[in-house]
Amino acid sequence: MEGYAIELRNVTKTFGEVIANDNVNLTLKKGEILAILGENGSGKTTLMNMLSGIYFPDQGQILVNGQPVTIRSPRDSFDLGIGMIHQHFKLIPIFTATENIILGLKEQGRMNLAEKNREVEALAAQYGFELNPEQKIYDMTVSQKQTVEIMKVLYRGAEILILDEPTAVLTPQETEKLFDILRNMKKAGKSIIIITHKLNEVLEISDRVAVLRKGKDIGTVATKDATAQSLTEMMVGQKVELNIERDDPENQEERLEVKDISVYNREGVEVVKHVSFHAKSGEILGIAGVSGSGQKELLEAVSGLQNVANGTITYKDSSGTATVISNMNVETRRKKNVKLSFAFVPEDRLGMGLVGSMDLIDNMLLRSYNNGKGPVADRKAPKELAEQIVKELDVVTPSVHTPVRRLSGGNVQKVLVGREIAEHPEVLVVSYPVRGLDINSSYAIYNLLNEQKREGVAVICVIEDLDVLLELCDRILILHAGEVSGIVNARTVTKDELGLYMSGSRKDTEYYE
Amino acid sequence: MSNDMKHTGKEPFLRMKKRDNISRGKALGIRLLAILLALVVCSFVIIAVTGQNPLQVYAGIIDGAVGSSRRIWVTIRETAILLLVAVGLTPAFKMKFWNIGAEGQILMGGAASAALMIYLGDKVPNAVLLILILLGSALAGLLWGLIPAIFKAKYNTNETLVTLMLNYVAMQFITFLIVFWENPSGSNTVGIINAGSKAGWFPKMFGTDYFLNIVIVTVMTLGVYLYMKYSKQGYEISVVGESKSTAKYAGINVKKVIIRTMMVSGAICGLAGSVIVSGASHTISTSTAGGRGFTAIIIAWMSNFNPVAMLAVSLLLVFMQQGSIQIATQFGLNENASDIITGIILFFLIGCEFFIRYQLKVRKSGKEEA
Repeated sequence: MEGYAIELRNVTKTFGEVIANDNVNLTLKKGEILAILGENGSGKTTLMNMLSGIYFPDQGQILVNGQPVTIRSPRDSFDLGIGMIHQHFKLIPIFTATENIILGLKEQGRMNLAEKNREVEALAAQYGFELNPEQKIYDMTVSQKQTVEIMKVLYRGAEILILDEPTAVLTPQETEKLFDILRNMKKAGKSIIIITHKLNEVLEISDRVAVLRKGKDIGTVATKDATAQSLTEMMVGQKVELNIERDDPENQEERLEVKDISVYNREGVEVVKHVSFHAKSGEILGIAGVSGSGQKELLEAVSGLQNVANGTITYKDSSGTATVISNMNVETRRKKNVKLSFAFVPEDRLGMGLVGSMDLIDNMLLRSYNNGKGPVADRKAPKELAEQIVKELDVVTPSVHTPVRRLSGGNVQKVLVGREIAEHPEVLVVSYPVRGLDINSSYAIYNLLNEQKREGVAVICVIEDLDVLLELCDRILILHAGEVSGIVNARTVTKDELGLYMSGSRKDTEYYE
Repeated sequence: MSNDMKHTGKEPFLRMKKRDNISRGKALGIRLLAILLALVVCSFVIIAVTGQNPLQVYAGIIDGAVGSSRRIWVTIRETAILLLVAVGLTPAFKMKFWNIGAEGQILMGGAASAALMIYLGDKVPNAVLLILILLGSALAGLLWGLIPAIFKAKYNTNETLVTLMLNYVAMQFITFLIVFWENPSGSNTVGIINAGSKAGWFPKMFGTDYFLNIVIVTVMTLGVYLYMKYSKQGYEISVVGESKSTAKYAGINVKKVIIRTMMVSGAICGLAGSVIVSGASHTISTSTAGGRGFTAIIIAWMSNFNPVAMLAVSLLLVFMQQGSIQIATQFGLNENASDIITGIILFFLIGCEFFIRYQLKVRKSGKEEA
């Protein structure tokens, strides 16, 4: 059957003065996979939220199956056969897969769970899902949970599926499996929209690509006519050099020795299990792993924000003095002149390193407020530092008196990383430094890290994008379920091999030094 | 697929839209409009309930608040006390420590003040006694603020519950003290303390009884403002208030900051107790705090901790309160009449914040009717 499953005509949505979607025209053909590509803040999610009834467009028209419709609530959207799979799962952990799938459905009569289990199983088999209907959610891997989410909308008879960044939490192998399922669904006549910013995936899975930039639709192209370079240019609006320089490490000295450390989280679960590694000056050590494998806790332990249950962390400065810093909190470390800086960029970006409501100067003060004698905090040096960072890192801000919450993601991250670098650390720990950044800002951050490496800093970083990790780092440590499954040479390892380490199917006992 | 039914419905009639920025003038305008509207609504209420001419009632309120020099001084005195409590609450609330125990801290400060007046009056020179009263009341409030802070820092208890319960403990403590301090005996009240010698009373200076009250409040207001804005400790308070994990990240000792800040906050509220007892009522009872500890919370938050705004809001509330006493006698109304008026004004003032943050969009008419 030809025709459009969804057609958007001149849809506009504004938030205050911010135009999230500006006259967007978009079509989804029946039985195709359409990728929506765009950088963070380009309006992808807003657009999809209008289809799923979370926002209401200011202007424009939405047509489903050729009929003009008004979607005022998620319920309306659902009645139209639109199912959205969000990035964050909405499942009840103590329920089984089937129980989650049938949750909220209103049917007459007594419920027969065994029958429902069979129905779910049959549906899973139809599309090639591997799913045990009676497995509890808390026993599932991230990929299995995602399967349940997809099954949920399929079971309700959705004809149009929207997946928001579905591969962000998957290993390369799991992604492959998901793509096979999407292809099966396409064969069964479902229309699918997949939102992503990963170019390789777009090229692999989609039939057509719609590109958004700053709220405007730049155009829709057939995937077979597109290349990574051409899509990037559409996305960014200019030519972009997609290479990261990588010098060979020089004058390597050991800076940090982590020996057999374990960390327990608040619930008392061991999330980092007997991890050992070295970090050396003049190199970038990357940390890879499926999200939630203990990366966060490991870095927090290294930075003094988490208690270490056993093992030691030893910091060796350039003059050769060794200090055991495990179980020293940030306050004591600063007193002992441990030059270990850390810049964490959590999911909500502002979470830990910066205070959103404070201006740039007060955020610089976070590191230096206790300097100097007397009860009054010195704001002069921080002001100079803020001005210097704005100038050197091209931070776009009306002034240094602007609350950082008002800055865009890229600028916020530059401020954060800039401040930590200004401390002249010997070890720099960064986590997700480019999360949510556009391509140009990401490369600016990679350059900053490379510069630190050249100056002899030992850089430890967690980056989600495996392609970047392979290009940027010297060595990569892979975590699987809190354990080190390997430390490998980033120059020789392949992405598939990383996937095997990440899923735990491969584990080394000898590490690359 | 059938898509009849509700999908042909229209755009929602009213939608909220977040404002980006609003000029100060416009925000002030909205607030003034809110007060005006509140007064109009009040007029209807007054006519409906009492049948009085609302304009006369308003004139009565103004007369009651500023109608004579004595009334003006009472209004100033009460404003000063309310402002002092709001100032005292500021550091705690900036730290997002929900201190609703100012009532108890005031009572304990007042009790310390009364005890010193009773036991040391005429035994030490008045100047020394006054200094002891100020220090003693601050110390009592400090200790009363310290209790919930320690529990919070050590065991992460809910400070809202602990501070609230301590209010009742303080009230019971006062009831207990009244047994000892009863004067005349059998009256079950303390009576005016040192009515003859006036020992421990704030002295009359520059022609007013309330000079010291005003000095204390002014100094504390300025002090807290400078402390919050410029000091290292003030900075720590803001960071802890915004995010405890950021504070940890910056190497701030969160427990220490919680305890220290509540000591400051409690001490200022305790000081307010002495301003009430030594500086105004010269007696003590369970109603000495009189709900000021709660009213001050509204003042602090409505003013967004801005000292000038806190002064304005305190003045507005006291103005209405004093006016109510007047209209109660003049028109034979119950004193609650003014509580109703104050309530309506507060309702509008707090409600108008919504219009300062959001804009309402009405559906454009006539488009795409099915």
